[in-house]
Amino acid sequence: MSRADVLVDTQWAAAHLDDASVVFVEVDEDTSAYEKGHIPGAVRVDWKTELQDPIRRDYVDKAGFERLLSEKGIGNDDTVILYGGNNNWFAAYAYWYFKIYGHEKVKLLDGGRKKWELESREMVAEVKARPKAAYRAKEPRTDIRALRDEVVAAIGAKNLIDVRSPDEYAGRLLAPAHLPQEQAQRAGHVPTAKNIPWSKAANEDGTFKSDEELRKLYSDAGVDLGRDTIAYCRIGERSAHTWFALHELLGLDSVKNYDGSWTEYGSLVGVPIEKEA
Amino acid sequence: MSNPASGCGAPDQGRDLDGVDVSRETVVQGTVTAAGKPAGGAYVRLLDSSGEFTAEVVASQEGRFRFFARPGTWTVRALAPGASGEAQVTAAAGKANDVSLTLS
Repeated sequence: MSRADVLVDTQWAAAHLDDASVVFVEVDEDTSAYEKGHIPGAVRVDWKTELQDPIRRDYVDKAGFERLLSEKGIGNDDTVILYGGNNNWFAAYAYWYFKIYGHEKVKLLDGGRKKWELESREMVAEVKARPKAAYRAKEPRTDIRALRDEVVAAIGAKNLIDVRSPDEYAGRLLAPAHLPQEQAQRAGHVPTAKNIPWSKAANEDGTFKSDEELRKLYSDAGVDLGRDTIAYCRIGERSAHTWFALHELLGLDSVKNYDGSWTEYGSLVGVPIEKEA
Repeated sequence: MSNPASGCGAPDQGRDLDGVDVSRETVVQGTVTAAGKPAGGAYVRLLDSSGEFTAEVVASQEGRFRFFARPGTWTVRALAPGASGEAQVTAAAGKANDVSLTLS
């Protein structure tokens, strides 16, 4: 796999705005930014209301994913270019999710909405309707998602990468610093997890660092790139960003995203927790 | 944040602190301006004392931003098309610590 298979740059995107086989999809948790302006022709996916099951804590099931993509006018053969705010966290989560349901041609816009905006590229408020499609998803892949028991079993046995900020890892904060901190769960991290914040994989403009820089980043932090790896954060979107760096950019075989992440692990009864670095 | 499964994304930065128990938080907040006008839409990053990225938000239409940090020294850095700026702030617990930024 090469970078070009999984990432496009803003220049490529600008040149393919009118390409009928390409669908731009803005993914965010707060979609009000999309309403003010988005890449011309882009459709919107709401991470919270459209990618998450409305009742249970889980992502939407296969039928729900098929319904969602059909309604958005996305076909199985379309090349889907995902982008969003928050340095592509939610777009990376959506990418992981498109892969879970077996979509073949899906890529991230390197740098996401931020790079597009910082380059003063065209944004429009107008929403272009796409004709409905008949999307068929594959059975969900299980090789890129970790569930809680696997995380507990991985302590001391597999690479665990906690991609939250150092303060969250150490248990001094319970959420990213743009959110209020009062939460139900215990603070800290999974024992033996290395703290490599997701942000170290990104440049200031939101683009991913080079393969060489990424390999050095994880190796220097003590991650054995030959071993199985599980990445987690608070709810699984920042770790989807790291999953993308390891699995899609570096091409490592066995990398899973633990989307239950700290809000699940830190609420489990009886599991070991470490605090401080 | 009563529902922990709801997201990690940065909320609208124009809102007030209603419903937030400020006595339990270390708020770092302020305004970004460029040429004397609010720089709405600027990307504002919170960096810790070692320069490590901690969080990022998009400034509101009025140029406002807000972080929930912990006591200590922080750098706030803002990016906009063709411009940037930064400022330091020493934040204390239980209050809103104000810091203003100018883009150039």
